[in-house]
Amino acid sequence: MGDIALRADHVSKVFGHSRVLDDVSFELRRGEVLCLAGENGCGKSTLIKILNGVHAPEAGAVFSFGDDTAIGHITPREARARGIHVIWQDLALFAHLSVAENIVFDDYVANPMRPLSYRAARQQAREVIERLGVQLDPDTRVEELSIARRQLVAIARVLRAGARIIFMDEPTASLTRNEVRTLLDLTRALSAQGISIVFVSHRLAEVLAVCQRVTVLRNGKLVGTYPTEGMTQARLSQLMTGQELNLVPRQTAPSGEPVLELRGLSRRGEFEDVSLTLNRGEILGLTGLLGAGRTELAHVVFGMTQPTAGEMRMHGKRLTLRSNRDAIRHGIAYVSEDRLNLGLVQSQSINMNTAVTVLGELEKPRGFLAPWRVRALTAEWIRRLGTKVSDAELAVSSLSGGNQQRVVIAKWLATKPEVLILDCPTVGVDIGAKAGIFEIIRQLADDGMAIILISDEAGEIWMNADRVIVLREGRVSQELTPADTTEESLEEIINA
Amino acid sequence: MRRLHLGTEGVLALIILGLGVVLSLTTENFLTVQNLFDLLNNQSVNMIFAAGLVVVLIAGGIDISFAVAASVVQYVVMTLLISIGGGNWLFGIALSMAIGTLLGLFNALLIYRFRIVSIIVTIATFNLYFGLLMVFTGGVSIYDVPDWLYYAVPLIDLPATRGSATLYLPVAVMAVISLATGFILTRTGFGRAIYGFGSSPEAARRSGVRVGLIHAFAYGWLGMCAGVAGLMQAHIVQEVVPNALIGQELPILAAVVLGGATLGGGRGSVTGALLGVLLLAVVQNGLNLLGVTPYAFRMIVGFIILAAITCSNLDKLLPQRAMAREARS
Ligand SMILES: Nc1ncnc2c1ncn2[C@@H]1O[C@H](COP(=O)(O)OP(=O)(O)OP(=O)(O)O)[C@@H](O)[C@H]1O
Ligand SMILES: [Mg+2]
Repeated sequence: MGDIALRADHVSKVFGHSRVLDDVSFELRRGEVLCLAGENGCGKSTLIKILNGVHAPEAGAVFSFGDDTAIGHITPREARARGIHVIWQDLALFAHLSVAENIVFDDYVANPMRPLSYRAARQQAREVIERLGVQLDPDTRVEELSIARRQLVAIARVLRAGARIIFMDEPTASLTRNEVRTLLDLTRALSAQGISIVFVSHRLAEVLAVCQRVTVLRNGKLVGTYPTEGMTQARLSQLMTGQELNLVPRQTAPSGEPVLELRGLSRRGEFEDVSLTLNRGEILGLTGLLGAGRTELAHVVFGMTQPTAGEMRMHGKRLTLRSNRDAIRHGIAYVSEDRLNLGLVQSQSINMNTAVTVLGELEKPRGFLAPWRVRALTAEWIRRLGTKVSDAELAVSSLSGGNQQRVVIAKWLATKPEVLILDCPTVGVDIGAKAGIFEIIRQLADDGMAIILISDEAGEIWMNADRVIVLREGRVSQELTPADTTEESLEEIINA
Repeated sequence: MRRLHLGTEGVLALIILGLGVVLSLTTENFLTVQNLFDLLNNQSVNMIFAAGLVVVLIAGGIDISFAVAASVVQYVVMTLLISIGGGNWLFGIALSMAIGTLLGLFNALLIYRFRIVSIIVTIATFNLYFGLLMVFTGGVSIYDVPDWLYYAVPLIDLPATRGSATLYLPVAVMAVISLATGFILTRTGFGRAIYGFGSSPEAARRSGVRVGLIHAFAYGWLGMCAGVAGLMQAHIVQEVVPNALIGQELPILAAVVLGGATLGGGRGSVTGALLGVLLLAVVQNGLNLLGVTPYAFRMIVGFIILAAITCSNLDKLLPQRAMAREARS
């Protein structure tokens, strides 16, 4: 502890006309867990890329490594040689290869001509897996693993490559509660072995639980680095956003007439006998652990899969959905969980991605698509959701993760649906924007939209839902009203 | 899923055997050493092609220009050999390999430098090579091939029920090429990196895999195989007909896909590819024996390729299902 593992000063980065990082200093000590915190688009991922040599910083930066070297920028090769590794958000694994081969893959690249032994690979893989203290079969193909387990493979891989510094960019965004706990434990264990870890997460509770220090960025500028001891979530979010957020639970509005009713709805192997009623102007929280059938239920209501028993009714009339087009026609919209893959065309502009659901509307009445109407629509949603965009004509892929998510949400809100299903709408979205998104959701409900909010964050369900349905192993296990319970007891019910 | 994957080659072998048994019931003496040797002799050219093509498929690409490339090699090599007064086996094979590799590298260059999808590039080079060949040859065949190439080279001769069963040189060439390909793919880090690149190009790039080299090897190796296959085909039929090999690319693609390679990359094996060729050959043979029109075979080829395309899309959904299953358990 105490001595420096990596230090970078005067790091700036300009993309086109925007200064994404402005004279940022970064310091990582040996064996510590450091968090990088900040709102969407403040430059966290960019800083990580610079520290790993993916991007070159502007001139003037100085990197040092606790010895006498001081260099102006670092190449990817040099970063690897100094034991600096990243667990990318997409993990960068090879789905068709086995766990063992993924772990030793760097050998393949370093010594392409050396004849190889699968037995040795398996043995070496077993050794790192053991060092991680997890259960993983070296012979399984990575494509057969869950995201959480793939992440373990990625960690094993960088450990094997001799990592002394590991960057993890939003590693918990796609994990369930229990998986997050495992990962946090693992992070602590690694730091006890003297490995330094840089951790990015928008879930402040995690940040405070696992990190010793937190470096806060705002709009590309360094706000400061603080010990997490004695830090509160409120204080941290204030540092990140520069303003105080006061979150208030939703005042339950009197709900209107039923819009959507499910009667004994089942889909074999996924969920069973789910009955619920969704009223006009209501936010219905649907929660339960991942795998409890939440997303599967949403897929049926959105017409993407067919129920095997039971029925759906909309406005009292029986509803049969052959496809999601049917669902959209009936005024049902679904913001999917896997937004980055299913929700956006990465190479298309922000404008087109926002307008794609309402192109038909925008063409009326003259039957051609006026670019200014697309731009106006996008501008409106950028304003309402507070999306950080420099130019809406740029490809969506140029946005930071959290801002991409806002574009997906905007695209579905633009259809002005009667029933809106939001599947974990704030994963990877920063705290300020979360509040912004929920403000909009509440406003939509107040305007009469019926909303199903799927989430496993007890806090956001408790704050925003009028009614909560808890699923467990595909069945409704409880129905309750947030007003009658506390956030903590809801958390317990979900994780029970 | 796992059980199925492990068994692709085994399942193919079983099906081939099963078909053999069925065919020997309907037509007598199908399962004989003689027939097996004939099958290998007849299919060795296709198998050499397949061993090359599987590398490209594993790397996540596709190539449909290789059969035409083989024709170009045949023609160029034969013209050169005749002009220097004959040559010999060693020189002939080396020359075929060299020219074939060059034609393959040209594909790789276009794909890598200009970032064009491999199918588009190879459709273009297919037409380019074919057009050049026809323009320069005027469609005229070469009949007076050198003596060494003219006479069959028997390697193994076994006494059989009727006369004897003989294995010829092309089978040995096929075996050497297949072994070499298999060794590179499964026993060297470079080979595994090809699987890795086919499985996830982006991840491979970030791991420092040299993408240009992978492309160059995959298409160059297929080109080399095609060159050798071209020479062997000329040797077997004792002549060079400019358009003799055209139309072979799709059945071979289908065979390799049957053998477990996918159009998405990252999967496949040499053994699978070879068995795929044999299976298609047995099917074709069976259809002939049953008196079914040869067009039925094309139908089957088309069907396999369609199925392969559908499956490679299905495949993208499968991991998610597997994950959902795991999450629930
Ligand atoms: N290649 C690029 N070209 C242009 N702009 C870029 C590029 N990469 C990032 N940006 C911009 O730089 C800013 C910082 O992005 P970065 O990805 O570092 O944010 P982040 O802090 O990681 O946000 P998030 O929490 O949403 O992931 C964003 O405004 C983004 O749009
Ligand atoms: Mg980011």
